[in-house]
Amino acid sequence: MIALELDRVCRDFAMPDGGTYRAIEDISLAVDAGAFVAIVGPSGCGKSTLLNVAAGLLPPTSGRVRAGGADLDGLNRRATYMFQQDALLPWKNVRENVALGLTLAGVSRTDAHARADSWLARVGLAEFAAHYPAQLSGGMRKRVTMAQNWIIDRGLMLMDEPFSALDVHTRHRMETELLALWENPWGGHIVPSSSKEERAGRAPTGPSDKKTVLFVTHDLEEAIALADEVVVLSAGPASRIVARHAVTLDRPRDLMELRTTTAFVDLYRTIWAVLREEVVKSQRSSGRV
Amino acid sequence: MSERRTTILAWQILVGVATLALWQFLVSLKLLDPFFVSRPSDIARRIATWIATGSMWPHLIVTLEEALLGLVVGAAFGIALGFLFARSPLVARVFDPYIKMLNAIPRVVLAPLFLLWFGLGIWSKVALAVTLVFFVMFFSTYQGVRDASQVLIDNVRMLGATERQLVRHVLVPSALTWIFSSLHTSLGFAMVGAVVGEYLGSTRGLGYVISQAEGTFDTTGVFAGMTILGAVVVIVSAGVTRLERWLLRWKTDER
Repeated sequence: MIALELDRVCRDFAMPDGGTYRAIEDISLAVDAGAFVAIVGPSGCGKSTLLNVAAGLLPPTSGRVRAGGADLDGLNRRATYMFQQDALLPWKNVRENVALGLTLAGVSRTDAHARADSWLARVGLAEFAAHYPAQLSGGMRKRVTMAQNWIIDRGLMLMDEPFSALDVHTRHRMETELLALWENPWGGHIVPSSSKEERAGRAPTGPSDKKTVLFVTHDLEEAIALADEVVVLSAGPASRIVARHAVTLDRPRDLMELRTTTAFVDLYRTIWAVLREEVVKSQRSSGRV
Repeated sequence: MSERRTTILAWQILVGVATLALWQFLVSLKLLDPFFVSRPSDIARRIATWIATGSMWPHLIVTLEEALLGLVVGAAFGIALGFLFARSPLVARVFDPYIKMLNAIPRVVLAPLFLLWFGLGIWSKVALAVTLVFFVMFFSTYQGVRDASQVLIDNVRMLGATERQLVRHVLVPSALTWIFSSLHTSLGFAMVGAVVGEYLGSTRGLGYVISQAEGTFDTTGVFAGMTILGAVVVIVSAGVTRLERWLLRWKTDER
């Protein structure tokens, strides 16, 4: 089954000088349900535009978007979106933030908070339920965001460079936790819990099926480490898909070791040969401007 | 933290005492004429008499009543319209010149009109306070809503928020910071509106007391009235600050 399908999608933006800027051009992409697809490209290549179109936050200028077999009209209700910037509500505490999607859907407060708590236990933040986002570290905020997105159990996870603002070690840890969530949607702690009681009881009401992930990044290493398939976009304006590579590395993956294996390095070389050209092009054009 | 607060409080008291002492000193040296500026000891004595005889309370209560009504009505209209304008750019663009025009009218010019329309009672003063409070609240609400982070809005919408939930969970809390910071200004403006209104025509209120004192060249009475006015604003403002600190408690650790 196909979770998301873009069919010859273009998106233009009006420029202040009256002209139009074409961010993405003629993008056709079908993502199978349960697949983890990474999109890489040089900066300014319209990766975020592509995600926003898939999310229904931006309508395409031309072309079609289909989600779960139906044409997308307005917001994509089968998707959640993890933004590059912090998107937790600063005036709600961690528990309320995680429960937000449920609260919005009309789930009772008690129920929503109980489910939020089990998700917090799962991402190792049970003790921080009453904290406000401003009191957490960057990595902790990302975990809260993951829980916030996962709790509403949508089939498609759109992720826009979610870990790019983190330092490299925190980032690797987040990638591992993301894969743990994705590979094991039926529960279990991705971060070992300290309290026995939490470990024993209350398994999170887990999502029903493996999620489809569309993960945008400018970091090829991250893309290969996480995804089943890497899609390379050309330098903007009018970005197109220039290559698609299947990543055949075995799962579950040990991200600590993976990056130095021959299979990984070979794959990196192959895709980098394509991506490098686009990066060079984008640097040249931005140098000219 | 609390040590710093004590230090600041000590300095505040010192500044006040020093100013009063200097004032008293200059008057007693005849460098300042008490006929024009009175003297702190006289003003204090006058306030004490007012409090002791209880003659001040009815006036103070009337002024507070007018200011409070002006604040509530002005804030309600200002916040409601600020939201409306921020949420529908078309309305904002159509009414923009009119809002600017109305805001440019000096309120003193309006006071006699309000006296004519609403009479000598409290409502003409409330109306004057409303015209002052409304614009402060309107502009800050407008700004606060427009200022709401697009990422927060997009995120909440992706999580399934309806338009109403968006307002409740994102726009209102985000505007609250602005609304509260302008609440302090508004409070002062509400008092100004009430007192100016009373000053220009009334039979009760602090403004009336001050105007009566001025009519008889009683500068001590004028300064005593102004002192009470200032003290009341400071006390009420401290209440607002406490409320603000509680409502915006999520922010305290950020600072």
